[in-house]
Amino acid sequence: MSEITPDVVEAHGLSPEEYERVLHALGREPNLVELGIFSVMWSEHCSYKSSRFHLKKLPTEAPWVICGPGENAGVIDIGDGPDGTKLAAIFKMESHNHPSYIEPYQGAATGVGGILRDVFTMGARPVANMNALRFGRPDHPKMKHLVKGVVEGIGGYGNCVGVPTVGGETNFHKAYDGNILVNAMTVGVADADKIFYSAATGVGNPIVYVGSKTGRDGIHGATMASADFGDDIEEKRPTVQVGDPFVEKLLIEACLELMSTDAIVAIQDMGAAGLTSSSVEMATNGKAGIRLDMDKVPCREEGMTPYEMMLSESQERMLMVLKPGKEAMAEAIFRKWELDFAVIGEVTDTQHMVLEFGGEVVCDIPLGPLAADAPEYERPYVSREEYAAWAGTKPLGEVPESTDVAADLKALLATPDLASRKWIWEQYDSQVGADTLQKSGGDAAVVRVHGTKKALAISTDCTPRYCYADPYEGGKQAIAEAYRNISAVGATPLAVTNCLNFGNPQRPEIMAQFVGCLNGMGDACRTLDFPIVSGNVSLYNESKATGGGSAILPTPAIGGVGLMQDHEIMATIGFKAAGHQIVVIGGESGHLGQSLYLRNLHGREEGPPPPVGLELAKRAGETVRKLIADGVATAVHDCSDGGLAVALAEMAMASGLGCAVALPEGRSSAAAFWFGEDQSRYVVTAAEAEPILEAAEAAGLAAVALGDVEGDEVVFRSIAGESRVAVADLKAAHLSFFEEWMEA
Amino acid sequence: MAFTAGVITFPGSNCDRDMAVAIEAVSGKPATRIWHGDAALPDGLDFIAVPGGFSYGDYLRSGAMAANSPVMRAVAEAAARGVPVLGVCNGFQILTETGLLPGALMRNAGIHFVCREVPLIVGNDTSLFTTKYSAGQEIVIPVAHHDGNYYADDETLDRLEGEDQVAFRYAQNPNGSARDIAGVLNAKGNVLGMMPHPERMIEAAQGGDDGRVLFEAVFEGLSVA
Repeated sequence: MSEITPDVVEAHGLSPEEYERVLHALGREPNLVELGIFSVMWSEHCSYKSSRFHLKKLPTEAPWVICGPGENAGVIDIGDGPDGTKLAAIFKMESHNHPSYIEPYQGAATGVGGILRDVFTMGARPVANMNALRFGRPDHPKMKHLVKGVVEGIGGYGNCVGVPTVGGETNFHKAYDGNILVNAMTVGVADADKIFYSAATGVGNPIVYVGSKTGRDGIHGATMASADFGDDIEEKRPTVQVGDPFVEKLLIEACLELMSTDAIVAIQDMGAAGLTSSSVEMATNGKAGIRLDMDKVPCREEGMTPYEMMLSESQERMLMVLKPGKEAMAEAIFRKWELDFAVIGEVTDTQHMVLEFGGEVVCDIPLGPLAADAPEYERPYVSREEYAAWAGTKPLGEVPESTDVAADLKALLATPDLASRKWIWEQYDSQVGADTLQKSGGDAAVVRVHGTKKALAISTDCTPRYCYADPYEGGKQAIAEAYRNISAVGATPLAVTNCLNFGNPQRPEIMAQFVGCLNGMGDACRTLDFPIVSGNVSLYNESKATGGGSAILPTPAIGGVGLMQDHEIMATIGFKAAGHQIVVIGGESGHLGQSLYLRNLHGREEGPPPPVGLELAKRAGETVRKLIADGVATAVHDCSDGGLAVALAEMAMASGLGCAVALPEGRSSAAAFWFGEDQSRYVVTAAEAEPILEAAEAAGLAAVALGDVEGDEVVFRSIAGESRVAVADLKAAHLSFFEEWMEA
Repeated sequence: MAFTAGVITFPGSNCDRDMAVAIEAVSGKPATRIWHGDAALPDGLDFIAVPGGFSYGDYLRSGAMAANSPVMRAVAEAAARGVPVLGVCNGFQILTETGLLPGALMRNAGIHFVCREVPLIVGNDTSLFTTKYSAGQEIVIPVAHHDGNYYADDETLDRLEGEDQVAFRYAQNPNGSARDIAGVLNAKGNVLGMMPHPERMIEAAQGGDDGRVLFEAVFEGLSVA
């Protein structure tokens, strides 16, 4: 009698067509272990079956790229290190959205743990954590609990492992009410000559399991993360894993210690789909086979079945292939760090995955169909015009004028999207490692490369409301903003990781968002020489639990990394001294479509997002970097959400110094000039305005001298009069949102 | 400078490297790294640092398990002989758990972990660690902890204040500590525990060098002796 009924197949998330494909691949019916393995390997989360076709079109190469997508993380060359070494930066961003909605603390914590492992698996010491968070309306009944839990989870894990959390971004929008996004990014630094990959090679080489024991937690997490939320989300709590950052810290140290020897052939962390995906990927990448003795897997509980062991997502575990004869030395290192170590199998040449348990073969699957030949779908999507009609974004109507710019600015700074995130980032240890040079609050986080004068600049960016209104322009903007934030501190943008969060790809409108954003990102990356070296896709971010199949805003979160050769030549956003001149350079000013001014002060989400001129973005970035390198710029800040007025306010609040700025002659709308969100703009200060204006003119950039740094108020002047607000009042307004929301 | 400094590493320590880097940056001499399982300390240690982190994951109680490790018995013996011992953050928690320093560190009054650059007021300015500061001086050193709320009974607090054993006070108390205490000395003045991280304030790039002064004082004092 068959144990595989149509109900069992459906419960494993496989379509009838996919099950036919399983039967064809095996030439027989699978047993339950085999079905479970197909189920997780072919889940959206592991197989990228809806996204692979489009991901292949992204630019992934540059002379400084050492390893692009396909491994655990992306690797770029960052030049010479101490003592003649060559250094590489290794980084990736990953989502942990579904688990974080169900159980925010553990969901977020294990998200951090998972991305850390992706990076140290490749031989890097993690040096910085970042994140990109999206929450629903603050007054949603669950939202305060979710924000508190996610922030505590990120802090609880990152603080304990001793990797500084140096920055990130947080947005609020009702589209995330039933489906928050938690995207975590880790950046590490490795010796470029000692990078570890996942290809299992060498027939007979031992396969070794290290780290924590395997428990029953997280079974079917990958399958859960590959479906919409139904009404039963509370019942899915057991599919959320539980993290132990203390063990992760031991695992980092033990792995790096072993990596400093010559013992490892290949290594892979056990992330989503645990032992299944790690062993299948290692064998597939090595074009080999694998045989595992399931009796030897270290288990937390007695009586665990091979099915449970293969599908468990217990955290803090790694799988390695060692060179023969190195087992005892490796074991001594892991025992010293009080971690489990077990030889559980060997590399074979069968190109099959064979599992034995209790003296019997309980699984024998050809590897091809599991990974390389997994299903791939070219899902249909609607045209740009059809999408625009479906999205229903209204054209930009008459915009109310700002009659008191200072008052509008103060009101904007107190809204959730622009409020100070101090409440969040003070819960993260941002300084452990003693190499943090800039943390949250500036444009990019900056972390010194230990023992050198170099530093890495890191920024996470995406403006989902732009992506919804126009996926192509929104995709471009996300890349361009990361490029701009990195340039604004004086670093050269080098490469990008991404985390593509979207709704249900089986809806052609959602697929149009995905394809549009990717096209925009691809064009931006090509023009800006900013290749994508790693990433993650999270689909099915839709929720029925909060009523009505509503999708999130399209959210292609970008994590950009740049390099500065000498961290002493670094720009920060704070004004430096009274009398310094303030100039905005780059693009024109005046675009109010999709602006926060319109949405947060007037309750309207209208118009097209600001277009991004990519050649302009590149020239503006180059010009700003040169102004910093030449020692002209005394402060630099990118203009983004909230426009020029918000940029000026942030520069004032960072320093305590005020400024007086004037609406240029011939500009009739104060609202458009001060709150427009045109792209490719930077506010730059210097002792004199002329060198900035000259550099801008030479590069063919717009440039407007706005005024100077003075006093302790921000003063906006125009022929109609003036409007002013004390920097201290701006600060109080800026802090008020989180203080009132969280501590009330 | 002719002396040897040691930094102890427990499972879960994560400021041990930063402490060793700071010691070397200030003294010019690498610190000796000491593993928690060692029952004996290396010969001839002149200064011992117990660094921050989450020893044993802070499970049970911050610092409680590390306090019972073999190496801490050896540290206590060294402290009794007069060897200077500095405990920072989790190191401070471990020193109170071993009884080398009075009091205890409880969950922050605000419940949350707090990472912030805090202004401190120097109290004692005569100990080996604090001679290069002056009493009443304001310095800035970051804190990063979940359990930094210093507690002792009133009698103990009176004694600490009366005997000039309060090394640092918070100018703006971030965690609810009794009498704003951020760092305390033992009665002999050779053991200092503090929640702020002086090893993170060694040079301008880190935001200032107010922490460097503490290490300079120790190493200059040791060289003279």
